[in-house]
Amino acid sequence: MTKIVVLVKEVPDAAVQKHIDSSVGRLDRSGEKTLNPFDTHAIEAALQLRESGALDVEEVVAITVGPSSAQKALHKAVSLGADRSIHLTDDALAGSDVVATGYALAELVKRENPDLVLAGQQSDDGQSYAVGAVVAEHLGWPALTQVIKLDVDGQTLTCERQAEYGYDTVKVELPAVISVGDAINEPRYPSLKAIMGAKKKPLETLSVGDAGIDASKVGADGSQAVWQSSKQPPAKSAGTIIEDEDTAQTVEKIVAWLDERKLV
Amino acid sequence: MSNILVYALHHDGAINKNSLGAISEASKLAGELGGEVHVVLVGEDISDDVAGSVGTYGAAKALRVVAPAGVAQPVVDAVAKIAQDGDYGYAIFGGGLLGFEAGAGVAARLGGGIAVEITGLRVDGGAIIAERPILGDSEISEIKFKGFGVVVGRLNAFELAPSGSAVAVEDVAVELSAASGKVTVVTRGEQRGADVNIEDAQVLITGGRGLGSPENFSVADGLAAAFGGNAAVAATRAAVDAGWFPYAGQIGQTGKTVAPKVYIGLGVSGAIQHKVGMQSAENIIAINKDSNAPIFEFADLGVIGDLHAIVPALSEAIKAKKG
Amino acid sequence: MAASHNGGVAPSQFPPPVDVVEEFVGAPTDPEDERIEVGVAIVGGGPAGLAAANRLLQLLGDDPELLESLGEVPVAVIEKGKVCGAHSMSGAVMKPGPFKTLFPDANLAELPFTYTEAEDDGAVFFRNEKKAFSFPVTPPPFVNKGNWVISIAQLCRWMADQAEEQGAYILTETAAAKLLVDGDAVVGVRTGDKGRGKEGEELRNFEPGMDMTAKATVLAEGNWGHLTGAAVKRFDLAAGKQPAIWEIGAKEVWKVKKPWKKVVHTFGWPARPQKKHAEAGGGWIYPMGEDQVSIGYVIPLHTPDATASVHDLLQAFKAHPYVREVLEGGERTAWGAKAIQAGGYASMPKLSVPGAVIAGEGGSMVDMARLKGVHMALEAGRLAAEKIYEQLKAGSNDFTSYEDAIEESLVGKTLREVQNNRPLLDAHSMPVGAALSGLDFVTKGKLPPGKPSLHRDADVEVSVPDKPLSDRYPQPDGKYFFDKLSSVFITGNATRDDAPSHIRIEKRVPRDVAETWKWMCPAGVYEIEDDQPAEGFVDVTVNYTNCVQCGAITARGGRLTPPEGGDGPAYQVT
Repeated sequence: MTKIVVLVKEVPDAAVQKHIDSSVGRLDRSGEKTLNPFDTHAIEAALQLRESGALDVEEVVAITVGPSSAQKALHKAVSLGADRSIHLTDDALAGSDVVATGYALAELVKRENPDLVLAGQQSDDGQSYAVGAVVAEHLGWPALTQVIKLDVDGQTLTCERQAEYGYDTVKVELPAVISVGDAINEPRYPSLKAIMGAKKKPLETLSVGDAGIDASKVGADGSQAVWQSSKQPPAKSAGTIIEDEDTAQTVEKIVAWLDERKLV
Repeated sequence: MSNILVYALHHDGAINKNSLGAISEASKLAGELGGEVHVVLVGEDISDDVAGSVGTYGAAKALRVVAPAGVAQPVVDAVAKIAQDGDYGYAIFGGGLLGFEAGAGVAARLGGGIAVEITGLRVDGGAIIAERPILGDSEISEIKFKGFGVVVGRLNAFELAPSGSAVAVEDVAVELSAASGKVTVVTRGEQRGADVNIEDAQVLITGGRGLGSPENFSVADGLAAAFGGNAAVAATRAAVDAGWFPYAGQIGQTGKTVAPKVYIGLGVSGAIQHKVGMQSAENIIAINKDSNAPIFEFADLGVIGDLHAIVPALSEAIKAKKG
Repeated sequence: MAASHNGGVAPSQFPPPVDVVEEFVGAPTDPEDERIEVGVAIVGGGPAGLAAANRLLQLLGDDPELLESLGEVPVAVIEKGKVCGAHSMSGAVMKPGPFKTLFPDANLAELPFTYTEAEDDGAVFFRNEKKAFSFPVTPPPFVNKGNWVISIAQLCRWMADQAEEQGAYILTETAAAKLLVDGDAVVGVRTGDKGRGKEGEELRNFEPGMDMTAKATVLAEGNWGHLTGAAVKRFDLAAGKQPAIWEIGAKEVWKVKKPWKKVVHTFGWPARPQKKHAEAGGGWIYPMGEDQVSIGYVIPLHTPDATASVHDLLQAFKAHPYVREVLEGGERTAWGAKAIQAGGYASMPKLSVPGAVIAGEGGSMVDMARLKGVHMALEAGRLAAEKIYEQLKAGSNDFTSYEDAIEESLVGKTLREVQNNRPLLDAHSMPVGAALSGLDFVTKGKLPPGKPSLHRDADVEVSVPDKPLSDRYPQPDGKYFFDKLSSVFITGNATRDDAPSHIRIEKRVPRDVAETWKWMCPAGVYEIEDDQPAEGFVDVTVNYTNCVQCGAITARGGRLTPPEGGDGPAYQVT
């Protein structure tokens, strides 16, 4: 029997125009939030491992670190098929960088002692691509990111991914941390019953103290990468935009544009 | 304090261009910091010539660790051990997948900080400041480190700047962690699908997921044919992953980096992973019906509309124009 | 009278290929043990539906026995938007009474959806593109002191949170696709399928809708009710009533340099005053706190001029120096558009059938004299909850007492008083209509005598006249004047590209009808390709993924159905 932990995150909805709160240099997270869309692929991957019988999965546990609102992301994760969820929330975590967050997540994973940790390849907001590798390092486990095909044979995963020089095939022994790319699967829609049942599935809320996390290693003070300031990138002259209303005219405009620059 | 470690990725007897960029960049910074650049190479068959060549981009030392190549764990073991044993303030990784993975592992193991997708580095008050574009590159965050700093560059962010000459290679013995023993590369750098050459083309017609189906690449073929001679068809990762186009024709983070005279994206959204592979194109044209697509933020000419209607007509118009 | 150059043609002559009752009403089809059973199913997470949910749970909170009898899910709110409020857009100035009744402990000043308590108001007549005349005294309908400028999109989010805390199931991203009936009683709704392809085929991640049976169903669908419309047809609820009619409003929120203090309504330009145009349009400028304003423009959906476009009229409105002064140096931060039920009391259908009630704008509960509906929706939702509670307690599904409660409430009273108001504007040229509707307002509907007679919007003959309204629209510059696509863009519209079309229209229609739809739609959904003939019949291209669910097409002869749950705009502050 194996247990899979899926790392999930609450992110601003892609439809919300994002901006940085210039006083602290962090993303203003006041708008609508949702489950990181990349994480839905990780949940789907866990479900497919279970449903295909590739792994004898006893339980899929979604875990997250974030403010109280992040509970909704966990509800979504559970409605998509996770069996239960864990929410680490504590003011002491505010301002954690990716290494600090990864440390906290690793401590949560240790409590669960799973055989496999799955994560999305990136978060829609921070886009560090790094948290899976940090978690793995803290656990002393191997990690592999951007996996687009995952096969299991006993305790060995055969993973495919695109790397710098083409497709790589890598064997990884469990336990391991695998970040999946969005090409790995097409996440399902949660069923209405699952959505309605989500709130009834166990959700454990923990503070830093509850989880046995060293508070000095998290939060702004425990983070080693420090945001210093923001600036505007060098101004790039704005491009020309044509809205196609009349195809013949549009084509004419494109050709004229190319012609002006002697490109045809 | 303080020298800079740079990890050099290599494959098939050549050092990755992004690693050479990172070495070049680090050399500039080391000069200002009053330190040296030491390069770590990890692999089982790296020749003295290849390893020593890092000196020609300003490295003072080439440190070779014999361990499996192609996965992050041995790199973490090597870079972290060398960093711990020496006098280093920073480790810099060029772009690429391993940079993210190994960089994150090193930062975690050393209790340091990490900054990824970095497009600029500078020294200020004796410390490195890293510049990270965010929010679709509309803003740049400046990041510094309290302790050991790991920097992962964005693909193609650092320019190659030859300086100095080849250096002697030092072999460093590093005991591999348990995790390293649990990862095995079966195949590396497999090319799938037909071999297409997109790097030499002057005009690149790139198909994205917005094309809708593999058959619709014929629309791109038609436009390339209209340009004639030096035009080729390429694809985004999404289109390649969907099996619509061979990998050899993929532009972006895990594909080719191109700089044609004209780039025309058809149904290309312009995700950052794609942008890093084509932003040096001289003229970027995007045709996409999704006005929301990030590519319109950096296209020189953006056309919001249905490519299936526009492109065939455009192909005809260009043919007619060329007579 | 239609200004027609080719004999005149009305969109209603080209009905969409849909049999509403056949397709959208039926008995449950899921096996009994697979159905979802709830106590009260509320369709629509807007002010009416959420008021009903909150009030029900308040009552059930004191009645554990009834609560228990309603099962595991006592109250479910079904909302097609990504969140409650995602598809909600309104001016909006709210009369605070019904809100305070519903939430006696809440302090409006501290809530996230309130911006400004109106201290001053005004009415302005835009005579032409330059001149504006302010009324020395605000005419009574436009007096707003003590009312609150709110964001309805935010109000719904807040109310959904309150309801959820009390134990409601808020089922967002879920469309109510079909009304479930058992004989002559409503027994719930069927939710929409997800994961269908362009041609309706099941994609790999297809997830079928489900039958949700309920002891009571509240149809609180807002300005155009997919199931409300089906219920009206199935149960003949509009018998003896005037037809439903609509207007359409477009709105922008601007971040501005200098604070704007007044709740201002305008009438006149860019709409034309002559009776033949039937363009009784007007605008608004509302303060939203210190640094934002809400501006908007409203026009009927029965204008004979095919080029009437509320999106572009709002742009023209902004060209007026009076508005420019307000927006000077500012930046547009949000946009939205929505049709408005304008028939008032005369068009109000019978509000209950066994097992279900209709609440809010879907039941024509909008005061078009004052341009207000939010408070009525709240009141109606509350009353629906109270009457349903009483009847459930009595073991009955007969909710006719709700009809009486509405009649006696401020909703019925207000709507009766203003029922002639808007029709007077349509029946006369602008100055005469305004004078008469003013008289009507102050005499509470007693003068002038007579009852309104309304015509279906889609029955009005349309054409492109020699001097079209579109001559008044400014060129978009992307900074101050915008085109439709950039407006849709900032709504965060995330309709899946390969979803099936949720818009039913006859796709081959006379050019004048096609032009009407093209201009009417604020989101650029309807297009006429270049290869179509200048006269006669043309094919209409439907870019349904642009759709912001405004509902105008239903008024103008088509039929909107709900999209896949979660699709459509993601309004934030509209």
